[in-house]
Amino acid sequence: MALTDKDIKKLSHLAKINISSDDEMIVLKKLDGIIKLIDSMQKIDTTDVQPMSHALDIYQTLRDDVVTEMNQKEKFLELAPEFNEDYFIVPRVVDKL
Amino acid sequence: MKDLSLNELKQGLKNKDFSSVELTQYYLNQIKDLNSQINAFITIDEEKSIQQAQQADQLISKNHFSELTGIPIAQKDIFCASSWKTTCGSKMLDNFYAPYDSKVVDLFNKSGAINLGKTNMDEFAMGSSNETSYYGVVKNPWNLDFVPGGSSGGSAAAVTSGMAPAATATDTGGSIRQPASLCNLTGLKPTYGLVSRFGMIAFASSLDQAGPIAKTAEDCALMLNVMADFDERDSTSIKRDKENYTQSLTSSIQGKTIGVPKEFFNNELNQDVKIILEKVMQAYQSLGVNFKEISLPNSQLSVPVYYVIAPAEASSNLSRYDGVKFGYRASNYKDLEEMYLKTREEGFGDEVKRRILVGTYVLSAGYYDAYYLKAQRIRRLIADDFIKAFTQCDLILAPSSPSTAFKIGDKTEDPVAMYMQDMFTISTNLAGLPAISAPAGFINKMPIGFQLIGNYFDEAKILNFTHQYQSISDWHKHLPGGVL
Repeated sequence: MALTDKDIKKLSHLAKINISSDDEMIVLKKLDGIIKLIDSMQKIDTTDVQPMSHALDIYQTLRDDVVTEMNQKEKFLELAPEFNEDYFIVPRVVDKL
Repeated sequence: MKDLSLNELKQGLKNKDFSSVELTQYYLNQIKDLNSQINAFITIDEEKSIQQAQQADQLISKNHFSELTGIPIAQKDIFCASSWKTTCGSKMLDNFYAPYDSKVVDLFNKSGAINLGKTNMDEFAMGSSNETSYYGVVKNPWNLDFVPGGSSGGSAAAVTSGMAPAATATDTGGSIRQPASLCNLTGLKPTYGLVSRFGMIAFASSLDQAGPIAKTAEDCALMLNVMADFDERDSTSIKRDKENYTQSLTSSIQGKTIGVPKEFFNNELNQDVKIILEKVMQAYQSLGVNFKEISLPNSQLSVPVYYVIAPAEASSNLSRYDGVKFGYRASNYKDLEEMYLKTREEGFGDEVKRRILVGTYVLSAGYYDAYYLKAQRIRRLIADDFIKAFTQCDLILAPSSPSTAFKIGDKTEDPVAMYMQDMFTISTNLAGLPAISAPAGFINKMPIGFQLIGNYFDEAKILNFTHQYQSISDWHKHLPGGVL
């Protein structure tokens, strides 16, 4: 099934990646090639095969609920493009009263 | 100095033939001389490296030796190293200085190794040619018009050109083995879970695995001795006793069996590559190894399965780059939505965006069963093929790459042709198995490797078989002399 420019717009929205109208056709063509490649999976019958999400069947290990690291809030906040006291700053998302 | 193995460097430091500062300065000078041509390093920090070397020299003067005390090792720029710029080859992280050490870097620090610098790589490890890096293409030291392979192309180019004695790397679909093959090196992808992924920037979490790139199997064994360790901060790290991978390198392999998958050695295999692999088989026969034809019937689907699973996981992992908490943020936007859209448009390169979009597509409503679940089901069939094969043989022989290195720019316009570079390496990532690529010879003066795949946790066996081959061959000793 070939992709359409409507699909590209939807994917751009879902993935939160702007795609300029100039690039749309190029992106569409290359994605279409990749979708064709992965469509070749459909020829295999996988009825009754359990999906494998992980290479080894291991279980989550538990540890004692004790503090292992010191709070490094300042160190991590300083990596942010913009912050103020304890908060990351982003454009306003609620209307002013 | 650039011909010396890690063991020889260790001995040299012990004998006081040279100090760690002298050794580190030697490699830093090599980088100064060669990196402008090859572009294997993104970041070097002479002061930090020399400071570490001075500390190592102090330990050496007191005869305190750990596994790699005083030896400089290059780190792929996917590993967070405290206060080092850590970019993952992306504009998105061009301003990112890691606030902590990855487990791998921590282990190298504890082993006494010197961090020589951060090596170039395909952006977020997505690529097979090192052409997707924001920091520019890495050149293959064997011929500067050719790619070194990827995504660990910087690590491979650094080691083969003598800018580093060994380097760390990561492998999600072949990113250790394919550059090792294209640069005449030995590169090992361990069993999934053997090396901690803590602080290793995530691409596809169920496939990513770190390992060494070095000149020989012996050097890889020394590196793996440092890297393999349980880590409770990585929920997929395997808790098992530490092994000494150098111990069984010289064990006899007489009477052992190597499986040859008929699906890899068919008429589609490049004839020159086939001839090289037949010579590898002859060498092993002279060591008393038997060969047996085996079948991996579902392996032909590994590329399509991988290009569902890896982009799906990547689309989720890379959602964290939103311009809020760290990394790049676009400068012009009118609201939050536009800030996300532009940050990710400007911060990611084309290949990364493509894979996020593919991942978003295969996980989106209506397609999840047809693509993602289907791929996971075939993934199990691929893994089961290997489990069955290992009842008949010790290791499996395969090509590492379909050809020698290709020219820079040759495959950049055709993503699917690029993806086919990893047709022989991807199936082991899907199954989670360990595999090595080691030098097998040259075609038109360009190197190519062979691959040995092992059962889960058979790293020692893989290294033993490779070391035995390297004791009767000298391909791994060839250096790219003419070009540099």
